[in-house]
Amino acid sequence: MNVLVCVRRVPSPGARIALTDDGQAVDTRHLGFTISPHEECAVEEAVQIVERHGGASTVLALGPVEAQDQLRTAISMGIDHGVLLPTDTTDVDPRATAHAIADAIRTLESEGAAFDLVLFGNESADAGNHQVGIRVAHALGRPVVSGIKQIDLDAGVATMHRSVADGLEVCELPLPAVAAVREGLNLPRYPAMRGRLLAKKAEIRHLTPTLQPGGLRTVRLRHPAQQVTETVVLGHGREAAAAVVDLLEEVGAL
Amino acid sequence: MTTLLTHVELVDETLTRLSTEALTLARGLAASHGAELHAAVVGHPNDACVERLGALGVTTLHIATGPSFDAYAPVAWARFLTGVIDDVGAIAGVGPGSDRGAEVMAHVAAALDLPLAANCVAVEPVDGGWSLTRLRWGGVLLEDAVLEADRALLTVAAHQLTTSDADVPAVVEVRPIEVAVDDDALVTRVLDTTARSAGMSLATAPVVVSGGRGVGSAEAFAVLEELAELVGGAVGCSRVATNNGWRSHSDQVGQTGTRVAPDLYIACGISGATQHWVGCMASKRILAINTDVEAPMVTRADHAVIGDLHEILPAVVAEIRARRGA
Ligand SMILES: Cc1cc2nc3c(=O)[nH]c(=O)nc-3n(C[C@H](O)[C@H](O)[C@H](O)COP(=O)(O)OP(=O)(O)OC[C@H]3O[C@@H](n4cnc5c(N)ncnc54)[C@H](O)[C@@H]3O)c2cc1C
Ligand SMILES: Nc1ncnc2c1ncn2[C@@H]1O[C@H](COP(=O)(O)O)[C@@H](O)[C@H]1O
Repeated sequence: MNVLVCVRRVPSPGARIALTDDGQAVDTRHLGFTISPHEECAVEEAVQIVERHGGASTVLALGPVEAQDQLRTAISMGIDHGVLLPTDTTDVDPRATAHAIADAIRTLESEGAAFDLVLFGNESADAGNHQVGIRVAHALGRPVVSGIKQIDLDAGVATMHRSVADGLEVCELPLPAVAAVREGLNLPRYPAMRGRLLAKKAEIRHLTPTLQPGGLRTVRLRHPAQQVTETVVLGHGREAAAAVVDLLEEVGAL
Repeated sequence: MTTLLTHVELVDETLTRLSTEALTLARGLAASHGAELHAAVVGHPNDACVERLGALGVTTLHIATGPSFDAYAPVAWARFLTGVIDDVGAIAGVGPGSDRGAEVMAHVAAALDLPLAANCVAVEPVDGGWSLTRLRWGGVLLEDAVLEADRALLTVAAHQLTTSDADVPAVVEVRPIEVAVDDDALVTRVLDTTARSAGMSLATAPVVVSGGRGVGSAEAFAVLEELAELVGGAVGCSRVATNNGWRSHSDQVGQTGTRVAPDLYIACGISGATQHWVGCMASKRILAINTDVEAPMVTRADHAVIGDLHEILPAVVAEIRARRGA
């Protein structure tokens, strides 16, 4: 099994997201960076699939050169190879991103084995465009499903389970296939020391992307009107129990 | 006359709330363009549903029929929509802010190779395209953007718009369409659905008792379970609780978990990171139980109790039992 996972470097904000003065971007001066939990699960799934079925896994990101950090984290979790499509701009439109990723996949596959499975997050943490995986699948002419919470592989068929309000929907896709997955697919491992050492030294392949205009252009980011809430402190410690139960009665919970 | 097409969804033959939201935004957009509002649906809308669509301003309803549409098949649904968009020459295709809405519109956009703006809260035509506002970061940030295309494709963000009817209800022309799709459009259709075990659903529980890092262990969730049981609610959790294996991911509230809107959300030992906050901010009231007065969850909550949740929750449970016994 050859599996490719696509991840996106995003800032990891705390309780409030600060913006740059011109409103063009999130102010990342005091922030760490990460990938979406959906994508973390995609990485874990790729590692587990290769552990179970053999083959190799690759992680790919389009973004600034610093996105190598996120590729290395994935490698420390057990991914074999890292590929960066370097860009100067941090926020590339989803259609342009998908075209560039599809091109890169064609290049990688022309040199070696084809990817039996390409995994995406269901939606990116920052932009939430809900589309890059589906566009890449169309470009490659492969079947794709979104919202996936379980993948079973057997004899060239991927059984995919999509979580819906009242249960799980089951689809069967012939390989090669594409899936956009959700957190809950598995419980991602913490990278072991050995993995982290390997990742530090791992070679990251650079493939320069051709970026065409995608058609969705950010003008600016802004905060929605803030609702200021006056917090009523009901009390401290166990003495507050009666006040809490009063509140439960007030909302009709008892 | 120009037209604008909205994809709407049904549950038990009636229109979903998110479809009504999509139609509310689409009607405004159609009006600003002098366009007629069309809707497209897969399924069997009942008479009341068709009437409801008229009240929302829909003049024509396209209904996909044929054996290919018995089960959800995103590609087949997208082929139906692109077919109608082409047939009526729609200036825009609008989808609801549901999982299926997002998936199907992405297929439409990929098939037409046009840009798509997901999770929009406002859209208007401008020179050379469309000016719009959409949600980012799960809803804590807004993005003003331009969609550079003659034909706009978008989805409408869930639970952001106040729905409204048209000033004058329309008489709906119903057009059933027998859509034949190739087998390749059915490769990803749903073959089977396994039902989740019944029980209080996190998404619809009137009270959610939610725990984070402050709870400390899987065992320590027992008192949250007990409280939830007493108030007829459900247990929720933060990502720290899921990542530590204390709770299953189906309990996680937040950007990559479930979004809840209960009458009361009780956040125990949860700091209030944005990615958690977006999952609970629609709650009618929030009670934060935290040792830290400055925790963002405390400063944003309606009510707070300051202190150790391991002391407070057992006291609350005892108080409920005492009042019930009395
Ligand atoms: C893209 C992305 C998506 C994410 N999605 C989600 C999501 O869906 N849901 C989610 O929850 N998180 C999500 N996260 C993670 C999120 O950023 C936070 O890391 C997480 O919510 C923190 O969980 P917490 O509040 O339990 O832990 P902490 O932030 O560590 O807070 C623990 C709190 O408990 C209090 N406390 C400690 N001991 C006690 C005690 N004895 N009694 C009372 N209070 C106590 C502390 O004062 C503190 O406020 C996401 C992150 C990213 C980057
Ligand atoms: N810049 C990127 N580099 C690599 N993968 C990406 C990038 N942007 C988006 N993706 C992938 O596409 C998924 C969906 O993104 P989106 O369409 O933006 O919601 C993400 O979860 C990633 O798996």
